[in-house]
Amino acid sequence: MVLLISFLAIVAALVVAAGLFQVYGVSPLRAYELIVRGALGSPLGLAETVRRAIPLLLCGVGLAIAFRALFWNIGAEGQLLLGAVAATGVGLFSGLPGPLLLPAMFLAGFLAGAAWGLVPAILKAKLGLNDVITTLMMNYVALYLVEWLIHGPWKGTQMRGFAYTDKLGVAARLSFIPGTRTPWLTLVLGLVLALVAYILVTRTRQGFEIRVVGENPHAARFAGINQVKTTLLVMLISGGLAGLAGVGEIAGVHGMLRSSSQISMGYGYTAIIVAWLARCNPLAVIVTSLFFGVIMAGGDVIKSSLGLPFQLINVFNGLILFFLIGSEVLMRYRVSFTMRRR
Amino acid sequence: MSTAPSAVIALRGIVKRFPGVVANDGIDLEIRRGEIHCLLGENGAGKTTLMRILYGLYQPDAGEIVLDGRPVRISSPRAALAHRIGMVHQHFRLVATLSVEENIILGLDEGTGPFLNLARTRKKIERLATEYGLAVDPKAKVWQLSVGQQQRVEILKALYRDAQILIMDEPTSVLTPQEVEQLFSTLRNLVDAGLTIVFITHKLDEVMRVSDRVTVLRQGRVVDTLPTSATDKASLARLMVGREVVFRLDKARHEPGKRVLEVSDLHALSDRGLPALRGVSLSIGVGEILGIAGVSGNGQKELVEVLTGLRRATRGKVLLAGSEITNRSPRQIAEAGVAHVPEERIQMGTVPNLSLRENLILKRYRYPPFSRSIFLNRRASMENARRAIALYQIAAPSDATPAKLLSGGNIQRLVLARELSGDPRLIVAAHPTYGLDVGATEQVRQILLKERERGAAILLTSEDLEEILAVSDRILVMFSGEVMGTLEAEGADLGEIGLLMAGTRQKGGTT
Repeated sequence: MVLLISFLAIVAALVVAAGLFQVYGVSPLRAYELIVRGALGSPLGLAETVRRAIPLLLCGVGLAIAFRALFWNIGAEGQLLLGAVAATGVGLFSGLPGPLLLPAMFLAGFLAGAAWGLVPAILKAKLGLNDVITTLMMNYVALYLVEWLIHGPWKGTQMRGFAYTDKLGVAARLSFIPGTRTPWLTLVLGLVLALVAYILVTRTRQGFEIRVVGENPHAARFAGINQVKTTLLVMLISGGLAGLAGVGEIAGVHGMLRSSSQISMGYGYTAIIVAWLARCNPLAVIVTSLFFGVIMAGGDVIKSSLGLPFQLINVFNGLILFFLIGSEVLMRYRVSFTMRRR
Repeated sequence: MSTAPSAVIALRGIVKRFPGVVANDGIDLEIRRGEIHCLLGENGAGKTTLMRILYGLYQPDAGEIVLDGRPVRISSPRAALAHRIGMVHQHFRLVATLSVEENIILGLDEGTGPFLNLARTRKKIERLATEYGLAVDPKAKVWQLSVGQQQRVEILKALYRDAQILIMDEPTSVLTPQEVEQLFSTLRNLVDAGLTIVFITHKLDEVMRVSDRVTVLRQGRVVDTLPTSATDKASLARLMVGREVVFRLDKARHEPGKRVLEVSDLHALSDRGLPALRGVSLSIGVGEILGIAGVSGNGQKELVEVLTGLRRATRGKVLLAGSEITNRSPRQIAEAGVAHVPEERIQMGTVPNLSLRENLILKRYRYPPFSRSIFLNRRASMENARRAIALYQIAAPSDATPAKLLSGGNIQRLVLARELSGDPRLIVAAHPTYGLDVGATEQVRQILLKERERGAAILLTSEDLEEILAVSDRILVMFSGEVMGTLEAEGADLGEIGLLMAGTRQKGGTT
């Protein structure tokens, strides 16, 4: 029943988005055909789709855990950026020898993202501050932090005045799956962490506590579960995973720190929909992140083939989230059709 | 059938049914013009339901309402107000962020077109306030007002709408003693000005002090209607509580054992910050069931919460088998051997979306055999579930069924299975048979008796006085956060209990 409703929500979004394509004078069916073919029809297209899906997967798994505990982490975007910043910092300035560089970058990225996520967690746990607002605001702080770094202290000396940092050395770069631009390490990392997260939530004590806190805070208190500790743990994981996504974007895709809108094309926000569609099940996130990878790759396709703005797909994403949340009502009640007796 | 000329409201044969219970069972009631008429009864007697029917919040299943000799249909509060019936609810319907005058005109069409004309409103409010002696600043924001003042706003709301009949639902339950005095003088002013007041209460003192006539309700029926001057507290108490033969459960003679629970001079505040427990002292021995009788809302909930660690005690001590557990965390208290069967079994006692199996280990999941290191031992929890289902006859499709799909009776069996699994020393059972059918109720009582035989001390709170009488060894009556008296359940005099429940302290003090 849940699957059916989720499916119908997506269909509804497709229908409304079709209207948008019409406004641009493009046949919606042709647009959808191009998207699917471009994203899935060729090995290169598939690789591009997967490349987009990786940060969605990492962030999505983290958000699935956070949402389970009813911590509305809207700050994955900022946590991702902090991970990127940390990775760049370690990669450019730490002076670590080659083989240690990448592990150090990942560790730093995880910690930076986790720290960024812990701040709103502490604010909520100790002061009762609203998590949606604090996490969202932290995104802007992160955004401007990046802007300051690339225009200021970390401005590249060899980048001819562009607002980029210097390029990272080879040792700090991830290698790609042959013939593509998709890093395999973060892909594997994402899949493994999704599995680990699933086991955590369903099989461990902490996972049990997270689920109880999320499902019924009264019962959690009644059962003696420390809600503060659980909240902190959850955001540590969620922020850290988003941070890893940020490392992946730096080491795997860009090789340098650039303006935020180029590093993350809204991955942190899209991951919210990814986690939601997956009903906060880390394994299902693998599927939904791939789905949204298709959509994002599709954005490139419609830009290049149809001359439509890339942002159109953001509208589409928004529509999906809108219909998904709206359909939650249907999932609470059983819909039955009865003949009215005369 | 004609009504007496001075009867302004007559309710005839009112019946109201809810699933599983008949709240009003053929009620005839007459309210005379210009009187203060008290509706007296325990919780569940049907007083609030009846008044909600009069105010248009409910529709009766049978019966009629006659106003000034004409039968009327009151379909909504708006219709009630059109008939000049107003109601001051127990829980105020005020918007805290708005001002007094804004609250008073809520829902009314004041002003011209889309613009408010508060000047006219303010004048009318001030006129009403002086006329009825209800001093209040129209411009003050409601959240800044004291509870007594907020109640005055509620009264003004009704008066502003030209109410001639005012229904007040347990108005003193949230007031301080001084505010109660002020309310009573306000009521006298209102009556002098020609209003009629219906006053719902369970407190005998108030009935005797302020009413002209009183109607006693019990279990949905009118027991009697009397002029207050022709009765006294003791008689009213007996009417309120009833004279049925009490069915006592068959159980072994209770030998007082060593003290398991000792509570001394316990003080605590309610959610509103008012004193809820005012010096409660009690003790329970091994193999003893202490039933806490009393109309709900007199501190029983807070007592249960303090004993189980869910509420802070501001003063006093709680000792479990000699060691102090006052203000410990819920986990520590549970580990010390205290089981809690909560009043709100769904909200507090279970995690609705988790499975039956997981709910059963809600309290012990962090200990072996249910977890080793960080992993949960699935097999152990399944085995535990199997045993619990068999022992307590929990009816469920499987142990993976989400708890929210279980019936009330089965949820309670789940809670009992979980709480009693560790052979607790003290069981705090709050309204354990609330909402259960006859079979489940019987089973729960038998389980409690079995625990008693095992040697557990049990503290039982219930709104059902019959249950307290049937199950307990000793009965302690609470009123307004204090212990009014304790007595042996065997051969207890219902009249005496009724008096204690309605506020008269036992001669000789408390135990």
